[in-house]
Amino acid sequence: MKRYSFLELAKNAFSAHQNWGRQWRAPEPKAEYDVVIVGAGGHGLATAYYLAREHGIRNVAVIEKGWLGGGNTGRNTTIVRSNYLWEESAALYNHAIGLWQNLSQELNYNVMYSARGVMMLAHTVHDVQVSQRHIHANRLAGVQNEWLTPEEAKEYCPPLNISRNIRYPVVGAALQRVGGTARHDAVAWGYARGADDLGVDIIQNCAVTGIRRGQDGSVEGVETAKGFIKAKKVGVVAAGHTSVVMEMAGVRLPLESFPLQALVSEPVKPAFPCVVMSNTIHAYISQSDKGELVIGAGTDQFVSYSQAGGLHITNHTIDAICELFPHFRRMRMLRNWGGIVDTTPDRSPILSKTPVPGLYVNCGWGTGGFKATPGSGHVFAHTIAKDEPHPINAPFTIDRFRTGRLIDEAAAAAVAH
Amino acid sequence: MLLIYCPYCEIERAETEFHCGGEAHIARPSDPEKATDDDWVEFLYMRSNTKGIAAERWRHIHGCGRFFNAVRDTVSDKFLTFYKAGDPRPDLEALAREAGK
Repeated sequence: MKRYSFLELAKNAFSAHQNWGRQWRAPEPKAEYDVVIVGAGGHGLATAYYLAREHGIRNVAVIEKGWLGGGNTGRNTTIVRSNYLWEESAALYNHAIGLWQNLSQELNYNVMYSARGVMMLAHTVHDVQVSQRHIHANRLAGVQNEWLTPEEAKEYCPPLNISRNIRYPVVGAALQRVGGTARHDAVAWGYARGADDLGVDIIQNCAVTGIRRGQDGSVEGVETAKGFIKAKKVGVVAAGHTSVVMEMAGVRLPLESFPLQALVSEPVKPAFPCVVMSNTIHAYISQSDKGELVIGAGTDQFVSYSQAGGLHITNHTIDAICELFPHFRRMRMLRNWGGIVDTTPDRSPILSKTPVPGLYVNCGWGTGGFKATPGSGHVFAHTIAKDEPHPINAPFTIDRFRTGRLIDEAAAAAVAH
Repeated sequence: MLLIYCPYCEIERAETEFHCGGEAHIARPSDPEKATDDDWVEFLYMRSNTKGIAAERWRHIHGCGRFFNAVRDTVSDKFLTFYKAGDPRPDLEALAREAGK
């Protein structure tokens, strides 16, 4: 792999940046792989990267129906945080936060991780109690999170309206300083380039149409648009389409897929220093390095694969944004879109072996999977390589819905469920 | 926003008048004493999450307040039919053929 450096940048400037070369190959699939990953989003590519780098399993293919990073990886609002309530989740998301710190250096690819702080607003007495509970739980779990008064919140985020006269006044906020944003596309591209360099084949525009199982029920490989590909192990990381893919192997999952919407404004000069979210009035907002305000809205109430949501959902969010940040009232919105998110009943992901030997699944990230990308790939690679979960993802089994050991994170999510 | 027909009010109204109740025709185990853990998992948590034609429950919360069922294509979000709670599930394949799917 040609390493990117200041010297390379200077050298390529002389040829007007025409000769950078491809970042990854476009190989035809081989007949057989040790591991096939279904889905080349951030989580799938990270899984392949860590399989190759940490576990020495390099005969790996990542198979993608569209183009890599073209699903929810390219559609999310790029927020990174780990202030979850339960110990199991805090451990999982904090594992990712640890990997985010050094990710650009490790991948030799600027993922633009920016720890600008994530502030979660409280508007009611109930909000204050829930936030305080989160902060205390986080402190015990070793996760950074602190309480701000409205005045301190205003100092941290000057555009915030802390007037007492609005419909939902800000009565305080929880701030995770280590939280922030990262460049979503660069995460997928960086992992793709890293994995490709280690020998992983990334096969795009090749839909998986079936999962073949042998006499003993174990996985034999996948049927694809480019023919049958034999594989000892198959990991499904298909986000909103996980139910569809897993049905090919006859596995039912406790998932429902909903459209989740986001939108961006016209780009403006730096005006917004951090990430602000409010669970109560369903709004969150940050400003990208390009200058656009990035706004996350809620999910539609019904199962859909349409990648478009109802306009009243985004309207509701915009109402809240305009009240919290009055000086954005005249901003024009440029684009809005939807992504299909797979939600579980307890709003925690599933990173697990399945009843089918050799078949593994990483799904159920719902409305907040981007932040976990490095950690998710890291522990899922361990699960596939060792055929047993990493201690961090051991609680996130499918079996928890039978045993009742749910990880009920509904209160910790950023958007409406 | 969807336009939804309430088979009780016999009128078409905006989605904001309704609440979606998820997959239809999921029956609670009739004899809870005899139901196994797996029966409960299937009833409580497992969902078909169909990509295509599926039956789902809706409730007209800002109207008559009653539950009814609808068949919708989850790719185009177009409704194919509405029917009252307690009516049998329509033949989804026939509906799909009719809609040209």
